[in-house]
Amino acid sequence: MSHYSVFSVLKGGLTSQRNWSRAWRDPAPREAYDVIIIGGGGHGLATAYYLAKEHGITNVAVLEKGWLGGGNTGRNTTIVRSNYMLEDNAHFYEKSLQLWEGLSVDLNYNVMFSQRGVLNLAHSDAQMDAYSRRGNAMRLNGIDAELLNREQVRQYAPMLDFTDNARFPIVGGLLQPRGGTARHDAVAWGLARGADRLGVDIIQNCEVTGFHIENGTVKGVETSRGPIRAEKVGVAVAGHTSHVMAMAGVTLPIESHLLQAFVSEPLKPFIDGVVTFGAGHCYISQSDKGGLVFGGDLDGYNSYAQRGNLPLIEHLGEEVCAMIPSVGRLRLLRHWAGIMDMTMDGSPIIGKTPVQGLYLNGGWCYGGFKATPGSGWVFAHTIAHDEPHWINKGLDLARFREGRMVDERGAGPVPGAH
Amino acid sequence: MFQFKCPHCGLRDANEFTYGGDATIAWPDLGASEQEWFDAVYQRENPRGPHREYWHHAGGCRQWVVVDRDTLTHEIHGCRAASETQK
Repeated sequence: MSHYSVFSVLKGGLTSQRNWSRAWRDPAPREAYDVIIIGGGGHGLATAYYLAKEHGITNVAVLEKGWLGGGNTGRNTTIVRSNYMLEDNAHFYEKSLQLWEGLSVDLNYNVMFSQRGVLNLAHSDAQMDAYSRRGNAMRLNGIDAELLNREQVRQYAPMLDFTDNARFPIVGGLLQPRGGTARHDAVAWGLARGADRLGVDIIQNCEVTGFHIENGTVKGVETSRGPIRAEKVGVAVAGHTSHVMAMAGVTLPIESHLLQAFVSEPLKPFIDGVVTFGAGHCYISQSDKGGLVFGGDLDGYNSYAQRGNLPLIEHLGEEVCAMIPSVGRLRLLRHWAGIMDMTMDGSPIIGKTPVQGLYLNGGWCYGGFKATPGSGWVFAHTIAHDEPHWINKGLDLARFREGRMVDERGAGPVPGAH
Repeated sequence: MFQFKCPHCGLRDANEFTYGGDATIAWPDLGASEQEWFDAVYQRENPRGPHREYWHHAGGCRQWVVVDRDTLTHEIHGCRAASETQK
């Protein structure tokens, strides 16, 4: 497995690019592993990577039903930020952002993490008050936040509607300069290569069809490629968390919902950072290829279909045009949907389950992509030590029963409302 | 777009309706145990397939309906007045 460097690129140029080897192996599953991770998306791969790197546990298999990063890892809008107000979320997402900052070097793989800033727009004085409260909470937790007035927002994002007849006049905004975007496919590939180089087996086209559980302790999994034994099994399957955990007899406080995302035809450089609409729910940025990447609310009903419906598309189009009227004639290039496992408080679940040796990483709602390295890092710690790290202690499954909600939006136990 | 055959208004577009969640949950008595309340308020079967759910015809007759819909294929198998499904 070659190390990527300027020399390997030069060598490629001199050898008709015949020097490159496979980025990761394609092993057949063995009979037993120390740890099995179900789900070969960003979170599962990051977990395997950090299990090997931080905890020296290399006898690990990542089982993926389809292909790497074919679920929500490749379906998000690639935004990375840590602008959360509540303690449990703030520390967790900030840990993740810090890992993002070193990820390309750490993995020897360019995940194209670009700290171009994330700006939340405010359209009323009350919203400015709420943002100053959130910004202060962030700064008390050591996270960068800047409150911008209208003129500062105009300098940062001049394409927004600053005319006198704007439907939602811009009052100011909250900026997290260290936020940004990353290339989501590269994240899956880089983590897969990194984990593989440390000895992890990445097994694609291997669907888990059941668990072996004896006396409340996990003993292994049943798969489409035969049974595999392991004393520890981690589940990181994004939108299908309820479906997989039901095989282990565990019911969860989760509903699966659709979230659509969109890419426009490419433009010349137009939007520098990530801008979010404050009068609705819409977030927009520009990819390195020039397309505007944007998304908004959930479709609003339970679904596993990975495709959305037209009312939401119309609604989102209206929001984008209210923010940036100049894109009114821009054509959509593609749109798609991913399945969000929405929890009852809008925050993720990372920790132990009622089954000994079975660990859960799910309920990511909107927050999965930005959490990728942090999620893998704390989940690896949780699996290795059979105890959560202090960073994910408050994001456990038991919090719902014990009334310790981490409800950033204050929406209550209505998954579709978060 | 989904269309629901509202028992009061006929076939209507889904954007006249607001989603009301899982219709199979039975709310426990006020004196029920914490476990029963926890199950009803937080725990969801979240099926990948047939799902019975409430929708509110907010942009129409303002009545609640119970829809049988498949969460994997989005097929709609039935729509009844919620009042008929109550005891």
